Amino acid sequence: MTDCHEFLQALIVEEKVSSGLRIVDLRLNVAATGNDIVDGVNLTIEKGRVLGLVGESGSGKTTVGLAVLSHARRGVEVAHGQIFCGDTEVLGLDAEAKRKIRGGLVSYVPQDPASSLNPALRIGLQLIEVLEAHDFGGSAEARKARIKEMMVEVLLPTDDEYLERYPHQLSGGQQQRVGLAMAFACRPSVLVLDEPTTGLDVSTQEHVLKTIRQLTRDHGVAALYITHDLAVIADLADDVAVMYSGRIVEQGTVAEIFKNPGHPYTRHLVAAAPDIVGKKAIIGLAGRAQSPGKRPVGCAFAPRCELAEDACRVEFPALVSISTRHNVACIKANQTPSRVVASAKSESTQKIGEPVVELVGVSAGYSGNQVVHDVSLTIRKGECLALVGESGSGKTTVSRAIGGLHREWTGSIRLNGHELKTMARQRAIEDRLAIQYVFQNPYGSLNPRRTVGDSIVRPLLISGKSKDTARRSVLEVLDKVSLPSSYANKYPDQLSGGERQRIAIARALVSEPEVLVCDEVTSALDVLVQAAIVDLLGDLRRQLGLAMLFVTHNLPLVRSIADQVAVMCEGRIVEVGPSESVIGNPQQQYTQSLISATPSIERSMR
Amino acid sequence: MKASILKFVIKRIALGLLTLFIVSLLIFAVTQAFPADPAEAMLGREATPEALAALRADFGLDKPIVVQYTNWLFGILRGDLGTSYATSISVSEYIGPRVSASFFLLLIAAVGSIPLSIVIGANAALRRDRKFDTASSLVSLILAAMPEFVVGTILTIIFSTTIWQLLPAVTYLEVGAPPWSDISGLILPVLTLLIAVTPYVSRVMRAAMIEVLESDYVEMARLKGMDERTVLWRHAMPNAVGPAFQVIALNLAYLAGGVIIVERLFNFPGIGSALADAVRSRDLPVIQFLALIIAGVYVLTNLLADIGTVLVTPRLRTRLK
Amino acid sequence: MSEVKQSADQFVDERPPSLMRQGFKLRRTQIGAVLALLLMSVALVGPFLAPFGSTEYVDLPNTLNVPGTVFGTDYFGQDILSRFLFGGRTILILAFLATSIGITLGTTLGLTAAYLRGRADEVIMRALDVVLSFPQVLLSLLVISMFGPSNVLIIFTVGLSTTPRIARIIRGAAIGVVERDFISAAEALGESRRRVVFAEVLPNVTSSLLVEMNLRLTYSVGLIASLAFLGFTPEPNAANWGLMIQENRVALTEQPWGVILPAVALALMTIGTGLIGDGLSRVSAGIDRGGKGE
Repeated sequence: MTDCHEFLQALIVEEKVSSGLRIVDLRLNVAATGNDIVDGVNLTIEKGRVLGLVGESGSGKTTVGLAVLSHARRGVEVAHGQIFCGDTEVLGLDAEAKRKIRGGLVSYVPQDPASSLNPALRIGLQLIEVLEAHDFGGSAEARKARIKEMMVEVLLPTDDEYLERYPHQLSGGQQQRVGLAMAFACRPSVLVLDEPTTGLDVSTQEHVLKTIRQLTRDHGVAALYITHDLAVIADLADDVAVMYSGRIVEQGTVAEIFKNPGHPYTRHLVAAAPDIVGKKAIIGLAGRAQSPGKRPVGCAFAPRCELAEDACRVEFPALVSISTRHNVACIKANQTPSRVVASAKSESTQKIGEPVVELVGVSAGYSGNQVVHDVSLTIRKGECLALVGESGSGKTTVSRAIGGLHREWTGSIRLNGHELKTMARQRAIEDRLAIQYVFQNPYGSLNPRRTVGDSIVRPLLISGKSKDTARRSVLEVLDKVSLPSSYANKYPDQLSGGERQRIAIARALVSEPEVLVCDEVTSALDVLVQAAIVDLLGDLRRQLGLAMLFVTHNLPLVRSIADQVAVMCEGRIVEVGPSESVIGNPQQQYTQSLISATPSIERSMR
Repeated sequence: MKASILKFVIKRIALGLLTLFIVSLLIFAVTQAFPADPAEAMLGREATPEALAALRADFGLDKPIVVQYTNWLFGILRGDLGTSYATSISVSEYIGPRVSASFFLLLIAAVGSIPLSIVIGANAALRRDRKFDTASSLVSLILAAMPEFVVGTILTIIFSTTIWQLLPAVTYLEVGAPPWSDISGLILPVLTLLIAVTPYVSRVMRAAMIEVLESDYVEMARLKGMDERTVLWRHAMPNAVGPAFQVIALNLAYLAGGVIIVERLFNFPGIGSALADAVRSRDLPVIQFLALIIAGVYVLTNLLADIGTVLVTPRLRTRLK
Repeated sequence: MSEVKQSADQFVDERPPSLMRQGFKLRRTQIGAVLALLLMSVALVGPFLAPFGSTEYVDLPNTLNVPGTVFGTDYFGQDILSRFLFGGRTILILAFLATSIGITLGTTLGLTAAYLRGRADEVIMRALDVVLSFPQVLLSLLVISMFGPSNVLIIFTVGLSTTPRIARIIRGAAIGVVERDFISAAEALGESRRRVVFAEVLPNVTSSLLVEMNLRLTYSVGLIASLAFLGFTPEPNAANWGLMIQENRVALTEQPWGVILPAVALALMTIGTGLIGDGLSRVSAGIDRGGKGE
């Protein structure tokens, strides 16, 4: 016994010295109620290694990240646990000591660089004050030199004029690099990055990820990379920890996790993640994770798990090792892993019909500035055309013009052969109902003051249907999007993001349109919900013979939903064709660079 | 000063002058809607037609309206403000000494209220939901809801007549006497004006500070290891000042109207009480000029606020083209 | 932090109660409601309870202990209590009517400006700016100086000067709403402009509207009382709280009740409505947003 104990002690001491970051049995509560936000979190990251903390929204990953800096947002308290950055335990420090480690021993890179930089201060000042606060360098000249050093490392200009700029005078990518420079300035030992590339273009993301990889390796930093994007993890991280409902459900090296996922949740995540190489189908999962206080006893994933049995609901499973450095919190961990399969579907060969929407020479602008140049497209009945591009490419403008939501455009947009007027209000009622639009933001696309049923029924009342027919149609369409009819009386703020998007789709379907324009409809959704919505859209398209325009910046997603793809850059169509050939064998340089910059799980695993 | 900023300032000033011009038109138009004949009103019903005609010629009332307006406007710009109907002395003689008295009152109230409200508001935000915050917010609310003549009256009751007799209930100033010659008489009017304005500005300051203190960039500053002092003064304050500017100006401008009532209440010999008297006696030239001044102060403060907000917010400043 | 992604999956299972219900849970709103209702009842019902007529001569002026009266006589020998009971009605009714005008006009203009944006917005707001260049007291005085202080005129000027202040606030709230996708969805369906503004936008600015309504009522009461204080009431002899303060001020040291009663009544009424408004605004914004909104 004692030998074992001494042995373990020695192991701990050894770990302590070489570890960059060590989180021990961390539990964080909602201060007002005592409900746990995260519990039983144990993580170790060695110097120079990146650990990806993966989870969907509400999993508690950001809360864990902030705790590493000994910071908690309003209403959050530390219940118990320890966090070691190097040899320093950070949770027990007093206020002044906490301040000293932040930015010095451990740094934070936030998600939204635009809002994290102070709009009233020049970036030079915001960079130098970190050095001053930690008394780095010892003299003003040394600090100035260090700033220049950092700017070089993050590939930003080093001249004084640049440092005089205000944050809003920088692009998103540049702002994020300033954030990185600030984080690395004082040579921290630990780095927490909270979804730092969300919202950045794929090409900018590639640069930023490269910079992060380089800086962490060069400076021997232990990095905690928080994200929901599995492809980025596959590309950047060495180890992975998966969180669900505030608990760690799986940990291991990147290779292990992706090649051999042990926990059902991880398997679902991997099955739902779109990839630009390899598999095409993505599989979603119904249900949602519960918020603190509402979590079920036992395994939090049990309600959604196809392998769940009574034993799972007794208590949260302990981590079981299924391989070297691979632990899974599931009582079925050691059983033969099952791959997640899609429910058998009758894959009727899709009949692609005649062109329904045709654009010829469409140009559009905003207040005189032209953003779309001479675009021509065809969308056929039963077919899904994906319109892909980075922000500013003009794809949303084109889709809004089709929907009659954009004022300044010229050229010709035809529906079944006849020309459409510029704005929806000018169009005939049949045309308005034939083209339906689904918006990106599930929060904003439904009137919060109306019940769901009222919002859905509007198009029918406008086209003159009687109240009874309309009501019946509402119930039918709710069924089509797999929502119970009781939802008709609910208000939007009672529903989750995924449910709201289903309502938005239902509203679009109720007038039996021919064309569905989907504008980034899954960009604000978590990966499992996204897959479910994509699945739904695919089913609807086949059942109803819809012509669909799917606007997105997410290139991997295109393979899972679209037959044809058009790539846009700076207002022009760069390449058009069947999605498999455009993505598998791109002809244009722009498309090629876009594809190579997109991270892929499959590519990283090869 | 950069050329773009200068251009912006000039544009704004031009806009302010335009507004003032329209305001003067409005004032003139309203006062010309007077149903009865001003000459008759001054001389009475029994006046002979010749006397009436002579009076009309004297005051230029027989000329067409447009000419009357331009005469009036240019007169003012020249410094000739016309003659008061009621007292028959020139408006400038009548009003002149009062203007400085009123401005003195306004100045003290303004200069007092700005730092006071910033301090109260910022403190309330920092000690959010604790004793100072809840107490000051309740007191602010109560003081702000009451009309200022009620506040002034209650102050009088408390400090002058009924509960204590510390301060005089009215000022004993002669027209034209320097206001500081009756300090004790000034206390209640100034206090009333302060109470009229400070609560609102401090509440807005509090709201602005809270929003700033909860912002992402302030959280980031703390996560960088900045000490609380730096976070407050370098990161928070500059961002809270912008929105506070607008409201400060709005409320200072409000004082320009509030002064009318407060002067009446305390018998203070300023333009406010003169205006009230002029309205009662339908003394058109005085009404017109005083209305113009008060509206002018209003427009000026709003103008300064607009310019100030842009100068203080880098995002707006750099967008000027 | 405030990413759409984060909020897209924050779900609320129970529908939060309406603004009014939530607002009235706060202690201060309840107290405010009690105060306001109490004083408004006094103002409206008072005339039926007064022992003497409002202009009835009772005894020598400024006498404290007059048999048959509670507070004695005022500057003109009239019963102070009776005059007090008569004195709130005019102020209250005028204030309500003026505020209603301001709310109706102001909301319509604010919503229209926010929805139409561009040129129309500029024109509307510039026109309102001209009215805004006058402090409310000044505008009322100007108009009264010409036409005399009739009830209709007072309602009209107070309502007119309230309009742009409300319009500004509503426009500010509506601009945030107008950018949201459900408005675009309504436009894509081809809904008429009027329908979009009143059926889609308006319901989403009600919390700002309620708060403003309250604020403006408080202020209108104060303004109309102030005008009365300066001597501008339709009937110079009728009882009016604001006028009473002016009339009885001179004799404050001998007969304080003629001033204290109306002053306290006005104070409590405005504090009452002010508390209600504050409670509502706390609940709707989560953060205090003050501002007399001149």
